[in-house]
Amino acid sequence: MINLAYLGAAVLFILGLKGLAHPRTATRGNRMGALGMLIAVIATLFDRQILSFEWIIAGLIVGALIGLILATRVQMTAMPQMVALLNGFGGAASVLVAGAALLEAIHATVNNQSSPLNSQFLIAAGLSGIIGSVTFWGSLVAFGKLQGIVKDLPLRLTFLPYVNGALLLGALVLCGLLSVNPTTPLYFWLLVACASVLGLFLVTPIGGADMPVVIALLNSYSGLAGAMTGFVLNNSALIITGSLVGASGIILTMIMCRAMNRSLTNVLFGVWVPTEKGLSESEVYGGRVKSSSADEIAMLLETAQRVVIVPGYGMAVSQAQHAVRDLARVMEARGAEVLFAIHPVAGRMPGHMNVLLAEADIEYEKMQEMEMINPSFEQTDVVIVIGANDVVNPLARTDPNSPIAGMPILDVDKARSVVIIKRSLSPGFAGIPNPLFAAENAVMFYADAKQGVQDIVGALKAG
Amino acid sequence: MENLILMLTIFVLAIFVGFEIITKVPPMLHTPLMSGSNAISGITLVGALLSAGAQHTTLTAVLGLMAVVFATINVVGGFAVTDRMLRMFKPQQKTPAKRG
Repeated sequence: MINLAYLGAAVLFILGLKGLAHPRTATRGNRMGALGMLIAVIATLFDRQILSFEWIIAGLIVGALIGLILATRVQMTAMPQMVALLNGFGGAASVLVAGAALLEAIHATVNNQSSPLNSQFLIAAGLSGIIGSVTFWGSLVAFGKLQGIVKDLPLRLTFLPYVNGALLLGALVLCGLLSVNPTTPLYFWLLVACASVLGLFLVTPIGGADMPVVIALLNSYSGLAGAMTGFVLNNSALIITGSLVGASGIILTMIMCRAMNRSLTNVLFGVWVPTEKGLSESEVYGGRVKSSSADEIAMLLETAQRVVIVPGYGMAVSQAQHAVRDLARVMEARGAEVLFAIHPVAGRMPGHMNVLLAEADIEYEKMQEMEMINPSFEQTDVVIVIGANDVVNPLARTDPNSPIAGMPILDVDKARSVVIIKRSLSPGFAGIPNPLFAAENAVMFYADAKQGVQDIVGALKAG
Repeated sequence: MENLILMLTIFVLAIFVGFEIITKVPPMLHTPLMSGSNAISGITLVGALLSAGAQHTTLTAVLGLMAVVFATINVVGGFAVTDRMLRMFKPQQKTPAKRG
């Protein structure tokens, strides 16, 4: 009976994820998933194995309250941190469940009761402990970095990959020891300690702009940890859901890596492929950068028929999404077409920019993917780049020695005019100058994203 | 052993299903996809409930209870925040309001 309920839940999860294929059906899909979860939880609560309800109900209420408060209070710009934190909690829950199941099984064996203590159980418990601990501590570090609590390391520790390799090996050996010494839970806790340190060390050296990859990967891990817990408990609902989420995270990780032109190993070990000495800033910019003002940009926009806005992390940092919406509305009222071009790794997590624009009431039809909008830049009058850099750097196309060579970019340099709203000429994450800033058709507007956009809107309304 | 094979079969097939479904999600919805799938992975809650409710020893009950709290935050927070995000995605109005 309970297994039928789990099957129903799994079906609802799959249908729910299917709903996410389109914004129109997505809300319903997510609610179907929530319904599936409710069914699974209620079925479990009515199962005979549960002896005491008081503590469980208390735990459920406390968890639900914390979850609801987090979900309603969090700002849309802080969504990457939120997802990192939730990933971490999922990982921690997997470790705790595996640990509790292990102790129960040992308890039963010692008392000569029937117990599931076989090698499948033990290896799965060990793997659940390893993946879950890495997820928990890795997510906490990712959260700290995104929140600005943990600073990026100034130096690259070349020996760190070896330490991490040793830690992983140690954890796996402990998992093996656990499987042949079933009644020694100490091996499990040692393995959890090993994997915890590994989680800390894995994420600590990774820089801010690589966070989309890390979050996607930790998302995948939290799913895999759940699947392993499913093997521990012999529970097919956990296995199905865990592997769905594991697959989802891996796909997102691969998309992110491709969009950043970096391999997963490079991201994880914080390595940049060594390159020939590129052009220096003075060679690229050399007095050719034109600075502009809000009034001049407003004049440029007055005659524009087609405007494309390229948002980047800078828009999120300065909470400029509502100002950007105002700009789009003013331009549309003048009869111009306004679209948004979104690079897959803009922001700190996949889809981050879309959520911010949606928050500011930008209709989703206007948010265009890179492949869709790239061919149309030549027919675009004005491109406004807001707080983005590497994703519009034409060196990716032109300089085969550049660290971003071959990375897919938004071809904004092909538009008639490009306005770049940016606080300074400082390089992006790739650490290289951007020839776009010195291009014939480009002007810089040195400003904070929000203030800059508001000034342009003001100038447009006045003019 | 047979049981393990059955479980592994489910595991592998579910991964394939996951790949098929997830590749159809547009990049626009990747953030809600992550938070939503994250909420679903909180299904560990089921395991946590069983551990917390079985009450074999005090230690397992405590571990189970902690797991219940963590997993519930994950589930409730994940679904709620995904819902909040998805409700913001609006289609274009059929008749765009013309303002001067």
